[in-house]
Amino acid sequence: MHDLPGHVKLLAFLAFMVIVVCTPITRWPTFVGYFLIIVLVLTLSKLPALTLAKRATIEFPFLIFAILMPFTAGGDEFEIGPLELSREGSIAGLNLITKATLGVACSMILAASTTSHSLLAGFVRIKTPSLFVQIAAFMIRYLNVINDQMTRMKVARESRGFVATGPRSWPIFTSTLGALFIRSYERGERVHLAMLSRGYSGALSSLATERVSRKHWIYGALFPLFALISFLLGMVLFS
Amino acid sequence: MHIPDGFINIPTAAGAAALALTGVGYSVKKAKGELDEKAAPLIGLVSVFVFAGQMINFPVAAGTSGHLLGGALAAVLVGPYAASLALTVVLAIQALLFADGGLTALGLNVFNMSIFGVWSGYAIFLLVRKTLRYSNSALLIGSAVGAFASVPLAATSFSIQYAIGGEGTFAPSTVFTAMFGTHLLIGIGEAIITTLTVGAVLKTRPDLVYGKNKRAKVTS
Amino acid sequence: MTIKPSVQISNLHYAYPDGNKALNGVNLTIASKERVALLGPNGAGKTTLVMHLNGILSPTSGAISIADFTLDSSNKEITKKVRELVGIVFQDPDDQLFMPTVFEDVAFGPTNMGLTEGEIEERSVHALELVGMLSLKDRAPHHLSFGQRRRVAVATVLAMEPEILILDEPSSNLDPASRRELSEILLDLDVTILMVTHDLPYAFEICERSLILNQGQIVADDSTTSILRNSDLLTANRLELPRGFAI
Repeated sequence: MHDLPGHVKLLAFLAFMVIVVCTPITRWPTFVGYFLIIVLVLTLSKLPALTLAKRATIEFPFLIFAILMPFTAGGDEFEIGPLELSREGSIAGLNLITKATLGVACSMILAASTTSHSLLAGFVRIKTPSLFVQIAAFMIRYLNVINDQMTRMKVARESRGFVATGPRSWPIFTSTLGALFIRSYERGERVHLAMLSRGYSGALSSLATERVSRKHWIYGALFPLFALISFLLGMVLFS
Repeated sequence: MHIPDGFINIPTAAGAAALALTGVGYSVKKAKGELDEKAAPLIGLVSVFVFAGQMINFPVAAGTSGHLLGGALAAVLVGPYAASLALTVVLAIQALLFADGGLTALGLNVFNMSIFGVWSGYAIFLLVRKTLRYSNSALLIGSAVGAFASVPLAATSFSIQYAIGGEGTFAPSTVFTAMFGTHLLIGIGEAIITTLTVGAVLKTRPDLVYGKNKRAKVTS
Repeated sequence: MTIKPSVQISNLHYAYPDGNKALNGVNLTIASKERVALLGPNGAGKTTLVMHLNGILSPTSGAISIADFTLDSSNKEITKKVRELVGIVFQDPDDQLFMPTVFEDVAFGPTNMGLTEGEIEERSVHALELVGMLSLKDRAPHHLSFGQRRRVAVATVLAMEPEILILDEPSSNLDPASRRELSEILLDLDVTILMVTHDLPYAFEICERSLILNQGQIVADDSTTSILRNSDLLTANRLELPRGFAI
């Protein structure tokens, strides 16, 4: 898993999710298949499942939509205890939750098993415009540097007795943000100068270093292939 | 506003991705023209700024907090094309390295926030400045109105995508009303933070504010 | 055959676009393999002078030659060549190390020079060996200590095998051990060195010759020993030896 080149993994996960999103939710055994594939990949990748589960909370805002659907859709209704639920709404809500969960699981395995470096090399391989790859490379490189700067500014604020309280403290935050912009911009200019001094003329060629073999592609293809089998089985058996 | 997988069907997502790619391609061309070989390091650092800016939480009231989207802010500070590229890279990195936003929804998200949100916000900024005849406060008022409008406009763009290929039982009009309404509120916060931040940069390094030096025609 | 001086500057004037005059008639020759310290108070024009040496700034008037090449802002070929010959180590190593890994960063310069893959590899490995950082070549820069980053920054420039190495405040923010390690590395190099610094003991340790730049002019040019012994000269230029330090 970890050894697969970034773009192979990216394309494999994208293909997997396209198949998932295209599957009608009424073929529920197919989704059992999808979840099994995810569990299998998770096991093979030896990633800490629990840590990943904690990060899954980021999908919550959109789930509110999904949870409201059974109560609001109308039409054919059924009862669970005191609740009256719309059949159509429940199915639609379930559809969203299932697919979004698979999507988040997928993205998290991708994120946790891919280094930023292999992702950048992957971008180069799939012929992303060079300017775009370079911007991404600089962003990844300076994320920590700027983050440290931000932490220092926070410490400086707080060691002089600043306490955040509602909108009245916004001018303090925004002047921090303004200073952060100026520092980032000036850093960009200095980096540019340092690049020019070493003969930069617009190209950053040394990022694509990973060798991709046919074996990698075959491993990568297995992932969406299993999904496709699950999809087709579901179509034949349950339509 | 990061749409997850499964919310919008694949044909619509693919269409949005194609539009987003066209917009990004155009921005690459324009940004190279404006910034030359300075483009990569500068926009890269602007991306870090946007990413970090989105992580600063502003206390709102009673324990709740909000944060900046940053599209209009970046457009006023570094121009619409550099801003589009910066936000696109931020969204791509969030989706691929931080599992924020669905893989199949990346095109939708990029179109809404990095292309439509940025360009419409910047166009409104330019219009307001022109209407106010470039007076001293026009830059700040323009930033405020542009930032305010960019948020519900991006939400509108989402609602249109939902109307075309949404997977859900809500009527598109209901989704539009809900999204537009909540994002009007978010837009107010966005406007205040954007304006104060532009003001803070103007105070120390006015030469860096792209929107100050542009009296250009509306481009999008 | 006589060896050309590394740097030859005659009557260099420079005014910023806002009219602020930064350099007012600088004349300077630095011989090959010489080690020179450039001293002077803040705002004296030191950085402006350095930015002229690799053609990032162009003089308002005057001429600059690096080895066999006379800088001419309209000639891109010469500017490119001069940037290969003049290696600048900037003050903040985070500005200089912009690539994802140490090795890629060191290979950046040689790659831009259009060398073959084998040559790039060979030069990068050699440069990292010189600064003792080869074992960390696959690390990301933010996983290195400050002193290690400064050394890698030196390597990124050495890999281009420059005629002259320019260091901007090389000893700043270094702990005493890193400071000594860096001076050992610099003293072992067989290259012309121009070191911009406020750290007078460090200048004394590394450079036999020193210049004082003030208000855009070179006001002193002598052996480091005699400059540091002239306390009136130092005081007039806002320079001070640490208390208790005597030569």
